[in-house]
Amino acid sequence: MPAHSYPSRQLQFYGEGLPYLKNTEIKGRLIVIEGPDGSGRSTQIQSIIAKLESDGHAVVNTGLKRSELIGQGILDAKQKLPLGKKTLTLFYAADFVDQLEHKIIPALQAGYIVLADRYIYTLIARGIVRGLSSRWSHDLFGFAPKADLVFYIDVKPDELFHRVFQKYGTLDYYESGADIGFSDDLYDSFIQYQLRMAKQFAAMAKQYRMVRIDGNKSIPEVNTVLQSRIDEYLNKI
Amino acid sequence: MVSKRRISNPKEKGTLIVVEGIDGSGKSTQLHLLDKWLRSNGLLVFTTEWNSSDVVKEITSKGKKKAMLTPTTFSLLHATDFADRYERNISPLLEAGYIVLSDRYVYTAFARDVVRGCSPRWVRKTYSFAVKPDITFYFQVPIDTAINRIMVGRPKIKYYEAGMDMNLSNDPFESYRIFQSRIIEQYENMIEHDGFTVVDAAQDIEEQQVLVREKVMQLLPKTALNRMHTKPMQGTAS
Repeated sequence: MPAHSYPSRQLQFYGEGLPYLKNTEIKGRLIVIEGPDGSGRSTQIQSIIAKLESDGHAVVNTGLKRSELIGQGILDAKQKLPLGKKTLTLFYAADFVDQLEHKIIPALQAGYIVLADRYIYTLIARGIVRGLSSRWSHDLFGFAPKADLVFYIDVKPDELFHRVFQKYGTLDYYESGADIGFSDDLYDSFIQYQLRMAKQFAAMAKQYRMVRIDGNKSIPEVNTVLQSRIDEYLNKI
Repeated sequence: MVSKRRISNPKEKGTLIVVEGIDGSGKSTQLHLLDKWLRSNGLLVFTTEWNSSDVVKEITSKGKKKAMLTPTTFSLLHATDFADRYERNISPLLEAGYIVLSDRYVYTAFARDVVRGCSPRWVRKTYSFAVKPDITFYFQVPIDTAINRIMVGRPKIKYYEAGMDMNLSNDPFESYRIFQSRIIEQYENMIEHDGFTVVDAAQDIEEQQVLVREKVMQLLPKTALNRMHTKPMQGTAS
């Protein structure tokens, strides 16, 4: 089904939106894949894009830390000196909104399927797990448009650990929650952090209509589940 | 919606003093004189300025040069800057008993971001982690006085400074005027709501400073007052 045939509708936000964009008409659809590093998220997104494009859909891929203006700045700042948790969350929010207004919303207006490699949910969960107020975190990201489909690829922390270690040979400082200080042992810290993130995602599932996908299965198996869910949704529009 | 001061150790609670007002209201001059006076009395003082954290300053200035900042990006970059200074300096130093002087605080965001089109509720929520200052001086000034002070010796006015991103006018000076008067409107609404102490910024610099010092003396802890040896009047006489 060609993208331009989707019915148009008004942009809807999770909370206090962007007042100056409140009457924006969009024709595209927003699909989000969430999941920790090592959950196979990016691989899945590659296959989904290939399939959607071969079906004739126009697709835009987006993710975190990718804004031209701010993405690199976050990486540089993290290298230079440790950032506080509020600062970090706000920095990611600035990066996100820059992409939102320059890329995601224009693409939705033009009728693209926007496939987001993580969205606000990761940013909210990270902050809450680090002790930020849940209310503050959800309110902050109230400016985000509601997604049409959200998947969360859930993988057991033990399995995740092996995948990450095999892929990178090391654990990421923040993704192991080493900045929080759960444990001096990095393995321990990683497991505890991932457990808390998974728990936080589970707690947010209903509010954001997230569909949990069992990511402990093989890549092709997970792909079949994701793709059929997406096709089913797109065919119903 | 600024959170209440946590008093974990009342003995070591610092004092937060804020100045607000439009560009050209003379607030930075007043804060500078206050800073000198407090320091000369041997008190622990820390001064912080809006948009000055190393972490984001470069990004903001790059975005400004390219004129690619949307109102919410603009708002969040300034919030990041504020949070960094808050987490790194303001909050720990207040805990440690410092007098923290802040040249602009959350109220600048409440005024500017709202004028740019952000939701007032959202902006207030975003900054809700910041403690309420012990005193906020609002330097109230007629717009013409402020504009004249700013324009002296300046041939040009910058894009965002003039509020050119809001398409108020094609003429930067006209745009600046409209932008500043809208900010004044926001500030005026906050006077009562946020409990500002209004200073008539059209008065002489020294008169204003006497008033500021008197107000500050009233809220310093006894321990600090005992250490002081100059009265408000003395510092300003030159």
